[in-house]
Amino acid sequence: MAAKTINITLKIWRQKNSKAKGELKSYALENVSTDSSFLEMLDQLNEELLTKKEEPVAFDHDCREGICGSCSLYINGRAHGPETGTTTCQLHMRKFKDGENIYIEPWRSAAFPIIKDLIVDRSAFDRIQQVGGFISVNTSGKTMDANAIPIPKSDADKAFEAAACIGCGACVATCKNGSAMLFVGAKVSQYALLPQGKVEAKQRVQNMVRQMDEEGFGNCSNTGACEIECPKGISLEHIARMNREFLSCLPPSKLHEAQNFNNS
Amino acid sequence: MSKLNSKIPEGPIANKWTEHKNHMKLVAPNNRPKIDVIVVGTGLAGASAAASLGEMGYNVKAFCFQDSPRRAHSIAAQGGINAAKNYQNDGDSVYRLFYDTIKGGDYRAREANVHRLAEVSGNIIDQCVAQGVPFAREYGGLLDNRSFGGTQVQRTFYAAGQTGQQLLLGAYSALSRQIGLGRVEMYNRHEMMDIVTIEGKARGIIARNLVTGEIERHAAHAVVIASGGYGNVYFLSTNAMGSNVSAAWKIHKRGAKFANPCFVQIHPTCVPVHGVNQSKLTLMSESLRNSGRIWVPKKKEDAEAIRAGQLKPTQIVEEERDYFLERRYPAFGNLVPRDVASRAAKERCDEGFGIEANDTNEGVYLDFSSEIISKGKQAAYSQGDHNPSSEKITELGKKWLAEKYGNLFKMYEKITDENPYETPMKIYPAVHYTMGGVWVDYNLQSTIPGCFVAGEANFSDHGANRLGASALMQGLADGYFVLPYTLSNYLADEIRTGKISTDTQEFLDAENSVKESIEKIISAKGSKSVDHFHKRLGLIMWNKVGMARNEKILKEAIEEIGNLRTEFYADVYVPGAADEMNSELEKAMRVADFIELGQLMAIDALERNESCGGHFREEFQDSEGETLRDDKKYKHVAAWEYQGMDVTKAILHKEELDYEFIKIADRNYK
Repeated sequence: MAAKTINITLKIWRQKNSKAKGELKSYALENVSTDSSFLEMLDQLNEELLTKKEEPVAFDHDCREGICGSCSLYINGRAHGPETGTTTCQLHMRKFKDGENIYIEPWRSAAFPIIKDLIVDRSAFDRIQQVGGFISVNTSGKTMDANAIPIPKSDADKAFEAAACIGCGACVATCKNGSAMLFVGAKVSQYALLPQGKVEAKQRVQNMVRQMDEEGFGNCSNTGACEIECPKGISLEHIARMNREFLSCLPPSKLHEAQNFNNS
Repeated sequence: MSKLNSKIPEGPIANKWTEHKNHMKLVAPNNRPKIDVIVVGTGLAGASAAASLGEMGYNVKAFCFQDSPRRAHSIAAQGGINAAKNYQNDGDSVYRLFYDTIKGGDYRAREANVHRLAEVSGNIIDQCVAQGVPFAREYGGLLDNRSFGGTQVQRTFYAAGQTGQQLLLGAYSALSRQIGLGRVEMYNRHEMMDIVTIEGKARGIIARNLVTGEIERHAAHAVVIASGGYGNVYFLSTNAMGSNVSAAWKIHKRGAKFANPCFVQIHPTCVPVHGVNQSKLTLMSESLRNSGRIWVPKKKEDAEAIRAGQLKPTQIVEEERDYFLERRYPAFGNLVPRDVASRAAKERCDEGFGIEANDTNEGVYLDFSSEIISKGKQAAYSQGDHNPSSEKITELGKKWLAEKYGNLFKMYEKITDENPYETPMKIYPAVHYTMGGVWVDYNLQSTIPGCFVAGEANFSDHGANRLGASALMQGLADGYFVLPYTLSNYLADEIRTGKISTDTQEFLDAENSVKESIEKIISAKGSKSVDHFHKRLGLIMWNKVGMARNEKILKEAIEEIGNLRTEFYADVYVPGAADEMNSELEKAMRVADFIELGQLMAIDALERNESCGGHFREEFQDSEGETLRDDKKYKHVAAWEYQGMDVTKAILHKEELDYEFIKIADRNYK
C-alpha cells in the first residue's frame, strides 16, 4: 500500500501536573504519513514542539505492539480510537482523513487521576491484583508435574481468553459508571476456570471485589461498552462469571437480598 | 587486576548444580527479615526473583520505570518457552537441550550455566502451570508443544502468540501476592540512576522518581539488576520504547565488567521498515517458521516488478520461487537458527532480490499457502471428508492458521494493511535481543560483590546466538531457581551487618554525582532533540555494527560515535526541569549511556577477529558465506573494564571457555 501524507489538526488535553488546571490545546500537524502509527504521529508533533522549544505532550507508551497495556488515550470520543480490537499504538493514520480534527484526551475516571497531560495513574489495578489476583503457590518449583492434571482444552482456551487482558483501563475509561468489572471479571474468570484456581476462588472474588469498591470504581449496569472498546475483545461473559462466583459466596439470606436487588 | 573467576563447581556436568546447592550457605528463616534486597526491573527475571526472595522472607524493594510491573517488555515475547520435558516422546532430554543451546550459541557460552538452565527448564513449566498460566493444550487436556529454530524436537510450550505475556503475568501475580503480604515494596515509575558501593560491596541504589523528579536513596545488603537488554542502542529494534541499558551500564561504570557487547541477535522475521518516522520494529514470531516458507523470486526482473507494484507474489509460480533457506540448509530448512536465517535474507537482498519497496529494498516473503493446503486437507480428513474441494481445504486451512497464529496475523494486518491469509507476509531482520551483557560468575554475581545480574541483562547462557524460546526460559530460571540459592549464599555473611544506613558519605557522593549528570544534560540547552542523536547513533550501529561487520567500518563507527558523544553533550536540548515528570530528560539520560555502550560494541566487534553466531565479520567467512570461527584465539568471553567516558580506553579481560562435556565442532545446519 503506497503511503500518502495528510494534514491534520489536533486538539490535545494539556495539564502540567495533577494539581494544575488543564485545557484542550490546538496543534496543526502537516505531512503525516498514513503508514505512521498514531503514536508515531504524536512523536512527530513532539519533535516539532521541541524545535520550537515548547514542552512535548506527555503520554504513556512502551511496547508499541499492543501487548504491554501502557498506551491509553481517548481519541475522538473513543477509548483507543476509532478502530475496534486495537490499542492506540496499533492504530494507524490511514484510518484518518486529510484535514480531520482529532481530539485526544486522557482516560477519564475518578479512580485514574491525571498525572500529566495524557498520563493517568492506574495503580488501582495493581492494588486489586495484590489482594487476590494470584494462586497462592510458592515459587519453589516443587509442584507436581505440569501434565499431572489434564485440563479440557475448552476450559484452558477460555482461561487464556480471559488472561489476555492487558490492563490498559479502556473498560473503565469508556464506562459511564467508571466500572472496573471487566478487568476484575477477567482475572477472576481466568482462575475460576482452572482447577488450580478453584481452591481459593471464594476468598479471591470477595477480596478483589472489595478492593475494587474501595478504589472508587463504579458499578456495572450491563451496558456493554467495555466489551466493545476492549482492545483484546474480553467478553462480558467474564463479568457474569464473576457475579456468579461472588453470589456463591454469600449466605442464603444475603443471596436472597442480592437477587431481589437484581430483579428490582 | 584480578583474574576473572567464573566459580564453576567441580565435578561431572550433570551433578554440578545439585552438588553446589548442597554446599551453599543458607540464611535461616528468622534471620531473613533482617536483610534487605533491591531488585531493579520487573520482567521475567526481576519479577520472579523479587517474588521468590520476598516469599523466602527477605525484605525486598522492587523498581520499574513503567507504571506497573506488569508492563515490563518480557510481556511482548510471542512464540514460547523451551523445556526438556520430552512430552512429545521425540528424543528430547536435558542433555539435548543443553547441547542444542551450546551449539546454537556457536560454542561461546559457558557449559555449566547452560546445563543448569536445561536442568531447571522442566520445573519452570510445572511452576507456571501451578500458578495458573494458561498454556496451549491438546484435546486430551495435556500440554501442547511446537518446534523452534535450531532444534529437531518439539519442546516449546506456548500460549498462542502471547507466551511472554502469560508468563510475565504469572510472575507478576506471584509478585503481587508478595506486595499484598507486605514482603515486597514496589516502586513503580522509578528509574535506577546509580549503584552505591561501600567498601567495595553493593549497598544500595540512587533512584529517580519519574513522577516528581525526586532523587531517592535506597539501601540494601544486595542488589539484583534485571533490567533487560540493550537492543535500543540501534534506535530501531523490537524492544519497547523505554527498554534501556542504563542500570547495567551504571554498574559497569562502578566496576562490573561488561561481556561480549558485540553479540547481538538480529531476528529474521520482523515487519520491514516503512519510513523515517518509524519509532520501532515489530516482530513476527519465530513460531511462524513452523508453518511459513521463506522465499524471494528466482529472477531479479520479478523482484523489480514486485517492487514497482507491477507484479503480485501470488502470481509467481512455484518454480520461479527461491526458497533459499530450504535450498541452503535442507536438514533444518526454514527452522535454522536466527542468525543463519537473517544473514541468508540479507544475502538475497544485497544481491538485488529483495521485494520491499522501501529505501533499501529490504524484504523477503514468509508464505503460508503450502501450510493452508496441508492443514486444510488434514482438517477435512479428520471430519471424514476424504475428497474435499479446494475451497473447503483453503477455508479449513485458514481456520487452522487463525487458531495457531491469529493474533500475529491480526497484528501484521494492522501495521501493513495487507491480509497475510491471502498474500505472503513481507519480513526482514531486525535487532531483537542482546546476548552480551554484564559479566557474571556461575552464581550470577557481577564483579561487584553483592551485585547480581539476571535475565537478558547478564551475558551468561546464550553465547553468540540465542535460540528461539530460550530467553523466557533463562529469565525465569535465573529468578525462580538460581538467585534464591546463590543470593542466600552471599547473604549468609550479612546476617550480622545490621541495617544499612543511607546517611553516609558514599550515598551522598552517589546522589551528588547523579544530580550533576542530570544538571549537565538539562543545562546544555542545545539545538537538537534527544531522538535526533538517538537516530544518528542507531544508523551508525545498524550500518557499521549490524549484520555484517568489517575492520574498516568498525573503525569508522568507533570514531563517529566518539564525535557524536561530544556533540550530544554540547548540543542536546531537553526542555522543562529536573524536579518534575520529564520524559525528554529520561530519554536523554538513557541515550547518554547508549552512546558509550555503542562505542564499546564496535570496539568489541573489532577485537573479535572471527565470525561466530550473530557476530559476522566479512573477513572471516568460507566460500559459501558461512561463519568461520577461530577457536584457537577467540574461544573466550571478552569482558571489558570501564576506564572513563572515553570508551576506547576500556581494558579487555578474557575468560577462557572450556568445553569438557561437548565436543566443540563446526556449527552445521545443512
